[in-house]
Amino acid sequence: MEHTNKRYWKGLEELRNDKDFVRNANSEFAPAPPAEKEYESLVDGMGTHRRDFLKVLGFGMAAVSLAACETPVRYAVPYLNKPEGEFPTIANWYASTYAEGGDYASVLVKTREGRPIKLEPNNLSSISSGVSARIHGSLLSLYDNEKLKGPAKGSDTKVSWDQVDKEIMSQLAKVAAGGTPIRLISSTIISPSTKAVVADFVAKYPATSHIQYDANSASALLKANGGKVPAYDFSKAKTIVSIDADFLGTWIAPIAFAKQYAETRKLSSAKGGKKDMSRHYQFESQLSLTGSNADYRAAVKPSQIGLLVAALYNKVAGKMGASSISAAAVNVPHLDQAAADLIASKGQALVVCGVNDINVQNLVRSLNSMLGSNGNTISGAAYNLRQGDDVAMNGFIDELKGGRVGAVMFLDANPVYDHPRGAEIAAALPKVPLSISFADRADETASLTKYICPASHYLESWGDAEPRSGYYSLLQPTISLIFNTRQAQSSLLKWAGKNEDYHEYVKSYWRSNIYTQASGGGFDQFWMKALHDGVFEPKSGSTSSTSDATPASQPLATSTSVAPLASSSDDAAAISKTYKANGSGLELVLYEKVGMGTGNLANNPWIQEFPDPVTKACWDNYACLSKATASELGVEQGDLVKLDYKGKALELPVVVQPGQAAGTVAVAIGYGREKAGKSADGVGVNVYPWATFNNGYLSFRPGEVTLTKSGGTKDIAQTQTHDTVMGRESVLQDAVLGDYQKNVMAGRFIPEVETSEGPKEATDITLWDGHEYKNHSWGMVIDLNSCTGCGACVIGCQSENNVAVVGRQEVINRREMHWIRIDRYYSSKSAESIDDLEEAAENPEVTFQPLMCQHCNNAPCETVCPVLATTHSSEGLNQMTYNRCVGTRYCANNCPFKVRRFNWFKYFDSDDFDYNFNNDLGKMVINPEVTVRSRGVIEKCSMCVQRIQEGKLNAKKARRRPVDGEIDTACAQTCPTNAITFGDMNDPESRISKVLEVEREGRAFHMLEEINVRPQISYLTKIRNKAAEAPGMADA
Amino acid sequence: MKRFIAGLLLFCLPLFALAQDPAPAGDAASGDVANGETIFKQNCASCHNTSAEKSVGPGLKGVQQRHEFPWLVKWIHNSQAMIAAGDPAAVALYKQYNQAQMTSFPNLSETDIKDILAYVEEANAAPAAVAGAPAAAGAPAAQSGAPSDLFVLVLVALLVVMLLVLGVLLVVVTLLSKAVSGDAAAGQTGTPFMERLKGTLTKTANNPAIRSATIWVFVLLVTKALIDGAFNVGVHQGYAPKQPIAYSHKLHAGEYKIDCNYCHTGANRSRSAHIPSANICMNCHGVIKKESPEIQKIYAAIENNQPIEWVRVHNLPDFAYFNHAQHVNVGGLECQQCHGEIQNMEVVEQRSSLTMGWCIDCHRKTDVNTKGNAYYDKLVQVHNEGSKENLKVADIGGLECSKCHY
Repeated sequence: MEHTNKRYWKGLEELRNDKDFVRNANSEFAPAPPAEKEYESLVDGMGTHRRDFLKVLGFGMAAVSLAACETPVRYAVPYLNKPEGEFPTIANWYASTYAEGGDYASVLVKTREGRPIKLEPNNLSSISSGVSARIHGSLLSLYDNEKLKGPAKGSDTKVSWDQVDKEIMSQLAKVAAGGTPIRLISSTIISPSTKAVVADFVAKYPATSHIQYDANSASALLKANGGKVPAYDFSKAKTIVSIDADFLGTWIAPIAFAKQYAETRKLSSAKGGKKDMSRHYQFESQLSLTGSNADYRAAVKPSQIGLLVAALYNKVAGKMGASSISAAAVNVPHLDQAAADLIASKGQALVVCGVNDINVQNLVRSLNSMLGSNGNTISGAAYNLRQGDDVAMNGFIDELKGGRVGAVMFLDANPVYDHPRGAEIAAALPKVPLSISFADRADETASLTKYICPASHYLESWGDAEPRSGYYSLLQPTISLIFNTRQAQSSLLKWAGKNEDYHEYVKSYWRSNIYTQASGGGFDQFWMKALHDGVFEPKSGSTSSTSDATPASQPLATSTSVAPLASSSDDAAAISKTYKANGSGLELVLYEKVGMGTGNLANNPWIQEFPDPVTKACWDNYACLSKATASELGVEQGDLVKLDYKGKALELPVVVQPGQAAGTVAVAIGYGREKAGKSADGVGVNVYPWATFNNGYLSFRPGEVTLTKSGGTKDIAQTQTHDTVMGRESVLQDAVLGDYQKNVMAGRFIPEVETSEGPKEATDITLWDGHEYKNHSWGMVIDLNSCTGCGACVIGCQSENNVAVVGRQEVINRREMHWIRIDRYYSSKSAESIDDLEEAAENPEVTFQPLMCQHCNNAPCETVCPVLATTHSSEGLNQMTYNRCVGTRYCANNCPFKVRRFNWFKYFDSDDFDYNFNNDLGKMVINPEVTVRSRGVIEKCSMCVQRIQEGKLNAKKARRRPVDGEIDTACAQTCPTNAITFGDMNDPESRISKVLEVEREGRAFHMLEEINVRPQISYLTKIRNKAAEAPGMADA
Repeated sequence: MKRFIAGLLLFCLPLFALAQDPAPAGDAASGDVANGETIFKQNCASCHNTSAEKSVGPGLKGVQQRHEFPWLVKWIHNSQAMIAAGDPAAVALYKQYNQAQMTSFPNLSETDIKDILAYVEEANAAPAAVAGAPAAAGAPAAQSGAPSDLFVLVLVALLVVMLLVLGVLLVVVTLLSKAVSGDAAAGQTGTPFMERLKGTLTKTANNPAIRSATIWVFVLLVTKALIDGAFNVGVHQGYAPKQPIAYSHKLHAGEYKIDCNYCHTGANRSRSAHIPSANICMNCHGVIKKESPEIQKIYAAIENNQPIEWVRVHNLPDFAYFNHAQHVNVGGLECQQCHGEIQNMEVVEQRSSLTMGWCIDCHRKTDVNTKGNAYYDKLVQVHNEGSKENLKVADIGGLECSKCHY
């Protein structure tokens, strides 16, 4: 950093050097906040009162003497009849699938003693890669004890399934006889056998129709592309232009896209290694995860987006010799350059757009056609991950309001909460003769239905999924039913008069529909293999071989097979009507957060406490404003403001967000749940009612709002400047591609120190003897170029290592416990004047840097521990021994990376921390191989030492050395882009050794080399594919 | 006095003898017999004895005289088929043993079966060696000389201390008797003996040096007792709780010599050794001693679908990680090393202290079982270049925190 004229900052407060920021940066632990008094606990961590002290002392004495009298008797309870293949203390993995609300991942479920404790990626799947933060969180939802324990009729939860079935079937028969319509409302269903179940149900009750809708809709995209999401393949793209599509974070299939995207961003410093990468342009209103990764990014107002697409179309069409369309000109930086790059990389260009506007999507489709994307960057099987139809859903709501619906069922759907017309549904629902919900709890919609037939969690269920046409995967139960629940499919089958055994149903569906695509072998064999593998991909061979430029052999449902567009000029006319080049008002943007998503998993402490990759805030939604707009409106970070959209007013705190388009305010969906449970209810506000419809399509860009200061402030649980690195500079190293191609060490900073013998490299002088690693030397390499900052590792680590959730107030108190954090740095030209500061905050570059314990060889923490609780191992690990720690916190004070976490409270078994760690059901998620830390000790990343030990033991049992890759840390394993490589640096054949061999004289650097702590963890410099001029400026 | 010392020595002698007992004999075993023994213990011992004594199935002594070898092979591979086919010898055997079917072992090759038979013959040919086995196994310490040396040292030290105490006692007695006789000689002064003694004692008690010395000794003793006591908090050596079912290791492991791994299936493969599930008990007790009230408890548990709640004897704190497979499978330790002479225990007792000091001690002293394990090859090579000592567990990180705490 020191070598450039760039300035790196984590938040505006750091850029401005606020008083609070300086104060907090100088103390490792924030001073006790006044809120501390809320904890009326005898055992609070701060300033225990004298009386409390005496009480505790007295109790302690009594307890000790009592304990001395009699040892508590512990029992060992073996199985009565041990199931075959189940060995206590040995984990089993089962392949299954997460497929809810259009999110998809093929996962391996790690179970111990019959209970799932971790989700891991299934590498046999060619679609999903890694496990995202939210999907990791879905595991905790299995152990949510606020779910319904059995079927419910109104508020009566004592009813039995038999009774509910009898009543529902008789009422269905009555409705069917009356001829009134029956409606099944669901979010996107990608399970072919569930669709078959629905078809069976429809056969029995022909008045039924099935309507799908998505809370964050892609309906226009579907409509423009023949009903399916085009098969985008980012891995083949040289130029990517994304217009408001957060394809790395929330759009359609983020983990699949992230994997493809990262392939184009990986570099190798070896001679003749890959030194070329894709160039990514992003045009968007709020700074999304994808925008943070872009090489060039421009902030635009939602009212300009349509014109921007039209302008891009014209620029490309002009060069391609196609006719241009008439649309008002719009002044957006980088647009010319984007068009030029797109044309230059024709056939390797891709334009994606997340705006739910049919006219815009039509233009984008034409753009891709012109650029020759079809068959190249759009090739293979189409995605089924979004199927919602906004028009049909609106039709249903009109029907419902008109009292024309005889029966309605909600499957995986909560429209009262997550549809803009939810209030209308809520008003009309009680009048429907028969209403049923399959929700797992009495949520906003289910609580208004007559019957709730709770469906089992997906980890308790059978099922299948088809995320892309011809790519199948299976779900299998990994735990016996926790509550008296029943899969929705079984319920539907039962009511349709069929055998309710859905397991058999899926099997026979596969026998007659999917087995036919297999090449030989008996069905049983095929089924066992599919169940074992989790996926069956008869078509994957053909798609992966289409890397040559020939179009895919089968047209599928990409735009090539869709009827030619009516006329781009019609679209242009519509666009000109909807959009304007210079909107003056404050425009509202609703967006989806990477962690929270649409809010269906909101009652989940892991997800709630997951800091948003960009704002770094958790436990809340808020109004994001740009610095300029905030100043203009006279508001500051934390001020409560009232946002009024057409009479629907909500109060929110302000977050001043660099990169936010001026004149816009962005608010996240997924918050403000009312009936989800204790972790979600009342957290943030529900902004779905603000969404509107544009030509019948759901629009998250509703238009102008008025913002008024309502007085008062609200603290935001934002982690961005927690754990600063005290102004030490060589933390982050980056360069632009042009420089890197000339010199592989571009951007590297090699600190030197003055000695009596002249200047020397900082790593050449040391007081330490160093360590000798005879056996293993565990380490990691983190590629800053592949890391998209998605945060999957954060929750993966939390799940693996029993990291506690501390709650909103404690995050504000700067006491979050995550062992790995993603530091998000903004960078901009070094500020000379106050105007520069303003400009810097306008549209900075963003870099993500995952940071966990660096396992220093010259570890500053080890030398200061008075009780030797933190020591160095002979395999390169910095060990933390909880049972020895007395909580002096010297180590945390002395840690230059600020990765040590102190247990201020007893986070388990405490009702002050009601986050699933304090009840028997919630505790079932705990990994039995990792100690649950108690109050008063320091904890930190152990480099998953439990996995290292297990892997070594497995190797020893097999009388061999461990094979590279068989031992992996939770973070490296879950990374969708393989940004983290873990391995034994003593093994010359390991991936990490090979990477370091190439990159040691290239991109690999250690953090803070000037203090020579010699970490076991190396980073690879971030390379941006942009011109080497002034970085990060909008006018570059 | 002399008689006492002689008695003491006599008492100690057998201890010396026991402690210095050399490693158990048994090197005579040929490869076949050794293999046979392994297979027998793994597969057969739960139901058969090598002697003529009946267990679940017949004793195997003289089995080769009773049946032809090909018949035996067929029987071992699939006895049910033979019974179904109506083989007269097979049917007779089946009826004789309450129609209990013998488990089929189709995976045993003919060579394996020959090895087993060779082992059975060997076992019957040398009954003395077999009888000696439990005693030998009972001295697990015998695997290396170090523990017995220590034992001898302690005994010698004890003897020396006793002798010293004796000497001091003798001196005291002599002095006292002298004082008494001296008083008798000086009896004319008229002061009664008791009064003078009292005077002397008072004088002694008032001597500040003696007084403070006494106080110091007392304080030191109390402190030592307290510290020792504190170190013993949570140490439950000797803990032998009553179990819900009076299961006897002495009977099963001692008399019937059922291999530990037969029931504790996890010891070789996982962290936990596994308390056997009831279905393992039923492998034998489906036939044997069904009527015993203790065994009826297992039946009751199965009928009521109520697992048996055994009382845990060996408790480690939650923050200490221990893995059986590492020690049994990789390290090649005998169970007795930590669990004591389990084959002689009627009720299981915690023999070792299970303290961290105890673990560390062993890790310092024990050689790594590197033989035939490619994991250690390079390590041994590197170690041997710099040291003449054997590679100890401590040399490969056996004393590091994260080996057991994470």
